[in-house]
Amino acid sequence: MSAVSGAASPPLLEVRDLEKTFPGVRALYDVSFSVARGEVHALLGENGAGKSTLIKIVSGVFPPNRGRILIDGVERKFNLPEDARRAGVATIYQELLLFPELTVAENIFMGHAPRRLGGRLDWRAMRERAEALLASLEIHDLAPDRIVGSLSVGNRQRVEILRALSHDARLLIMDEPTAALTEPDVVRLFKIVRLLKARGVGIIYISHRMDEIFMLGDRVTVLRDGAYVGTRNVAETNAGELVQMMVGRTIESLFPKVEAPIGAPVLEVSDLVRRPTTRGVSLTVRAGEIVGLAGLVGSGRSELAQTIFGVTPADSGEIRIGGEAVVVRSPGQARDLGIAYVPEDRGTQGLVRPMSVLHNFSLAALGSLARFGFIDRAAERLLAVDGVQRFSVRTSSLEQVAGRLSGGNQQKIVLGKWLANHPRLLILDEPTRGIDVGAKAEIHRLMCDLARQGVAILLISSELPEVLGMSDRILVMREGRFVAEFTRAEAKPEAVGAAMMGGDGATIEAAA
Amino acid sequence: MSAVALGSGVAPRASWLRRLSSQEVLLALAIVILAIVVGAINPRFLLARNLSDIFLGNAYVAVAAIGMSMVIISGNIDISVGALIGVLATISGTMAVAGYPIALSWFVPIVVGVAVMALQGAVVAYLRIPAIVVTLGMLSILKGGLISVTGGRWISDLPDSFHLSNIELFGILPMPVLIMIGATILAAIWMRNFAPGRAIYATGGNSEAARLCGISPRATIVMVFALHGFFTGIAAILFATELRVIQSTVPPNLELTIITAAVVGGVSILGGVGTVVGSTFAAILIAEIASALVFVSISPYWIRAVQGGLILLTVVADILRRRRRVAGDSR
Repeated sequence: MSAVSGAASPPLLEVRDLEKTFPGVRALYDVSFSVARGEVHALLGENGAGKSTLIKIVSGVFPPNRGRILIDGVERKFNLPEDARRAGVATIYQELLLFPELTVAENIFMGHAPRRLGGRLDWRAMRERAEALLASLEIHDLAPDRIVGSLSVGNRQRVEILRALSHDARLLIMDEPTAALTEPDVVRLFKIVRLLKARGVGIIYISHRMDEIFMLGDRVTVLRDGAYVGTRNVAETNAGELVQMMVGRTIESLFPKVEAPIGAPVLEVSDLVRRPTTRGVSLTVRAGEIVGLAGLVGSGRSELAQTIFGVTPADSGEIRIGGEAVVVRSPGQARDLGIAYVPEDRGTQGLVRPMSVLHNFSLAALGSLARFGFIDRAAERLLAVDGVQRFSVRTSSLEQVAGRLSGGNQQKIVLGKWLANHPRLLILDEPTRGIDVGAKAEIHRLMCDLARQGVAILLISSELPEVLGMSDRILVMREGRFVAEFTRAEAKPEAVGAAMMGGDGATIEAAA
Repeated sequence: MSAVALGSGVAPRASWLRRLSSQEVLLALAIVILAIVVGAINPRFLLARNLSDIFLGNAYVAVAAIGMSMVIISGNIDISVGALIGVLATISGTMAVAGYPIALSWFVPIVVGVAVMALQGAVVAYLRIPAIVVTLGMLSILKGGLISVTGGRWISDLPDSFHLSNIELFGILPMPVLIMIGATILAAIWMRNFAPGRAIYATGGNSEAARLCGISPRATIVMVFALHGFFTGIAAILFATELRVIQSTVPPNLELTIITAAVVGGVSILGGVGTVVGSTFAAILIAEIASALVFVSISPYWIRAVQGGLILLTVVADILRRRRRVAGDSR
């Protein structure tokens, strides 16, 4: 493996053969890579590829089951984040970990504030050192005594970076640092990254945005399904090759899509607006058709689904269900119109975890199961028994608490709950995230069955192979709008991936 | 995450074991065993007179605990209940002494109870203020208001027909006990078999998921508080008609005793789990323990410590159960 600078001295960070398993899942295995001083090393992979696991190991959140971590060629064991920090590793997570009620200086020096004789805090030294740090990154518009809670996201991120530097961090891990930033903040972040690089700080840079990788990165390492795929010099590769490496498996063999006859339009949306996330969207989904919505996290896919489902009603635009114009103001209304929505996050949106399997199955269908509010418990049980069999939910009994089942079985219950209503339109938001391969295949088979029965399906997924494999048509969403449409035949991973990420530097040319 | 699966099935667990370990069964066993043990030490404990006193004197706690259970299951809490019982009992007694029809003096407190609680529920649901804050405010208003208005005077000279415990069914089952049993059964059926009851569990278990299923968590919370107000009204009447006089103060920390009954009865303080049958059993058990302390010559002041111990025991057991639940889940 070729380091960018200083072939003789050992790299700043080197990991060898890392492996991490969680109960039931091999999250990471056989991963080796290195970061040199002053290198920006991009880490690329789909959701679930193992990036988060990798950075958590390197930053000491949990130890690996196997493998070695070397800093400056010396092996280190990180059992606690504190160990990693002492070794000069700092991590800037997506959710910034600051104390909103405290000042910039207090946040920077939290836990290691300068003290005077006798242990009292040395406020003046703290302020001066904060000012020096700010100046070192050429930040002149941020006062050390500002309250952090009043700062913009970009400024808060700068405080986080300063905090890392105050610990003399030599390796900075940045997890999707631009995900929540505005354009000018992105430009400033890039400037800071280049300053750090010039100082010899190594940076692991995680981003889904290709153009950023090409603007900032020296090398890029791709992970897929927990395994190391390869490392490339950024100057010697292109977006197409990287997407190929990320996706890289044969789609057809994974999800056998069964063709279904396509009928009349079930959902017709025109010019739907819900600011700021949905900005003028039109689409049609027909009976028996599976339409895939591709796009990066934050592109507005889930928000669009929630607007159609009435969670966040539209500001303007038209929705037609079965040809009739409708106004959807609440999920209850959407349900009565024959729409079902399987949300992205099972834990917080889908499943009532302390409830039994039985009661979870019937939750969305209580209206049709109850007469004058009185639930027909025999019918309810029948519904759940049918659901358990149809979705092969592995549960000890219907009285089992749903939260205790495995992720795949939980997802089947959430799916089954909605199918009990016999929806005409099924919106699936990341239906197979976090579940094992077997359960995944079962859910895909089920989608095909439903399509054959004439259900219209809108599929949202961050896994490109899933979207490509299951959809009759693919719509690509970016920044609240559709930017591309592909038929099943035309959809190639490279083309869809490029449309998702906005090509090669087209969107943030301002930063260059 | 498309990682390699190492098995995702769930180990089967015998369901009879689950049923037997349920809170209701444990509490029923505890009630019987305690009676046998204390009866063996001091046979007078088992005299009909004493057992009847236990039930008559505490039926109102059990009835109030029904509403409290619903509130906690919905993911909220109410600490104004004790003060409200005091106010409603005073309204009831004042009306009875002033010569209003007895039926009216029983009915008005229930209506007022529903109104006060529904108002609190609306504030919690629509202004999104935590229930503990809203009900703490109401607690102070009610307590302060009651003392100011009554000046601490007791209400006496209540008409004979006012006393519910004078009415007995089949000559043995006094009305308050009948009401306690009836309210428990009706509430249990409501919670188990009716869609709005199910909505309470769904709202407390995961209000976002409930909302996506077309349930309105806000309407559910207002309904829960209104129902709680109904049971609080009934509890107030049982309390008012129990003794010859109505004091303008309720037993100290009454709300805590009621919350204890709900929690010890198996209602999870985190919401989403519990039954009203459990809370009634727990209310009986707590009353039985208080009485038993006297019969085995232990200072009755220990009852608070015993209640505290029971709460800790139940909550720790609940948390351990939840932990196991999380551990059983692979993600």
